[in-house]
Amino acid sequence: MSRLHTRFNELKAHNRAALVTFVTSGDPDYDTSLAILKGLPDAGADVIELGMPFTDPMADGPAIQLANIRALAAKQTLAKTLQMVRDFRVGNATTPLVLMGYYNPIHSYGVERFIAEASEAGVDGLIVVDLPPEHNGELCDPAQAAGLDFIRLTTPTTDDNRLPTVLTGSSGFVYYVSVAGVTGAGAATAEHVSDALARLRRHTDLPISVGFGIRTPEQAAAIARLAEGVVVGSALVDQIAKANHPGEAVEGVLGLCRQLAEGVRKARVSAG
Amino acid sequence: MTQAQYQNGPDSNGLFGQFGGRYVAETLMPLILDLSREYEAAKHDPAFAAELAYFQRDYVGRPSPLYFAQRLTEHCGGAKIYLKREELNHTGAHKINNCIGQILLARRMGKQRIIAETGAGMHGVATATVAARFGLQCVIYMGSTDIERQQANVFRMKLLGAEVIPVTAGTGTLKDAMNEALRDWVTNVQSTFYLIGTVAGPHPYPAMVRDFQAVIGKETREQLQAAEGRLPDSLVACIGGGSNAMGLFHPFLNDESVEIIGVEAAGHGIDTGKHAASLNGGRPGVLHGNRTFLLQDEDGQIIDAHSISAGLDYPGIGPEHAWLHDIGRVQYTSVTDHEALAAFHQCCRLEGIIPALESAHALAEVFKRAPTLPGDHLMVVNLSGRGDKDMQTVMHHLDLAKQETH
Repeated sequence: MSRLHTRFNELKAHNRAALVTFVTSGDPDYDTSLAILKGLPDAGADVIELGMPFTDPMADGPAIQLANIRALAAKQTLAKTLQMVRDFRVGNATTPLVLMGYYNPIHSYGVERFIAEASEAGVDGLIVVDLPPEHNGELCDPAQAAGLDFIRLTTPTTDDNRLPTVLTGSSGFVYYVSVAGVTGAGAATAEHVSDALARLRRHTDLPISVGFGIRTPEQAAAIARLAEGVVVGSALVDQIAKANHPGEAVEGVLGLCRQLAEGVRKARVSAG
Repeated sequence: MTQAQYQNGPDSNGLFGQFGGRYVAETLMPLILDLSREYEAAKHDPAFAAELAYFQRDYVGRPSPLYFAQRLTEHCGGAKIYLKREELNHTGAHKINNCIGQILLARRMGKQRIIAETGAGMHGVATATVAARFGLQCVIYMGSTDIERQQANVFRMKLLGAEVIPVTAGTGTLKDAMNEALRDWVTNVQSTFYLIGTVAGPHPYPAMVRDFQAVIGKETREQLQAAEGRLPDSLVACIGGGSNAMGLFHPFLNDESVEIIGVEAAGHGIDTGKHAASLNGGRPGVLHGNRTFLLQDEDGQIIDAHSISAGLDYPGIGPEHAWLHDIGRVQYTSVTDHEALAAFHQCCRLEGIIPALESAHALAEVFKRAPTLPGDHLMVVNLSGRGDKDMQTVMHHLDLAKQETH
């Protein structure tokens, strides 16, 4: 049973949503990034998304673009990202970890080699932004055959005709991108999210995590009342951008993570 | 195989062999599929063809002449050289051929807002031009480095009513402008038509842009038939993304007697690492919606291209070119900044034509090749754009050359 499956089942039993946190690996440097990663579970992250840096993050807004630039300037590579997962797993066997990024670095690394090493390192799933289901044969199918979940993004433009195509082969959870736009852009209304989730649930039994534009504990709580997961990325990454030294970056990210986790944990209690 | 089949691509997934495809974020997928359907419908609609033909003739000024370059031919002392005069089109380059086609499609789809990326600014100007003609809002993304070296074109776009948004990410060139245009499109996907300027991007763009540019090769075929009564022996065109080259080449791909040469920008030289030659100095990867040859490091990170010509300054190439390179139908060579500048000056003095620095790359290849060929060899070169936009760059290099000789 995959860590993602186990985690979402546990949380369902506790009637609360997962806090899914995104940071870019190697941002601002390997050691600081690893310290953040190791601290996230205790700060309340239920699922971790770890970005694989790329020079051309076409679907990302300014915050995550800058995170990519910082990580690459600090010489982060895909091999080092996999090493970071191994280092993380030394002290953590239960928190699901999903690698998120763009296809070219994986393509360059070699799909077979990447899948083998990611599985061995303790990666649970993959999100590859620029690999739609039309290209499932390239990475999604072999990754799932090797036991890695492949998490699909669905968006406001993914209509009912297309949803079955997108959801075919999805596993772990479904990531609902709540606004058409780049990461860090404005947030969707609770009403929009509620309608979208109802539509998605007609097509899938997988847990659904909602992301894009969620920055505060209040926003996280609002989404946590509706969805199985709440994804926060740019707001956490901004903490690294504004830190004056590595210790401040670690504390900034983990501090915000604690607040978000509190919001998520109280959400359904206060609502009910 | 008895009959060559080089014109049939791409397949229904947008693949030319292993190249092409639709590698884009999910937000864009439904719109890209929609665009494919609309383009297929338009392609088979006689009314669309008639409208396109009207604007090509009366607005763009087609057909462009196929001109026998007598002095160039005499100077080289070999092949008989013809220039396909795309620089005489409205807005001064081949870019308008594609822009007219896509804007008619955008209108058909009811889109009110047009976005585009531009390198040298020629595609930006052509896009701003057709947007003005049809009264549509227009936003052009342009790298800040390119804005610096192509100020005249920036001013032209603004005169035409377009908003020009500088992109400072990366090296501020064409690749970065394309990233930013994709971000805009993802954000404004329902209202906006992304008018891609070259034979790259997700399917159907590579095939669609090729089809709109293929008028270059179709005219060339007829014009040379009229002038010489036969097919050319060779075709030469410069390649950044590769739209002017694909436009000239495509109608001749199945004519195996026609030798076809694409010229990449070697910048300071391919061995220096400062170049824009994706085929000669890159390897296959995935960027901007398609699998193609890319300049990238060992970790799959994209390397910034370098060329004196902003229009060739791109680390990828259209997927159909990648395929034609892979199967060996087209020969891809490269010329340096220095060689292109020399050819630029020669063309000015010999023919009274100031070529774009992009087109000067094709001419540099002609200067290498034509002298070795017999007098009955018919060579057609795509003079894809005029050089007015490059005055600043050329002056700068003349100043540098002067300083070096003093």
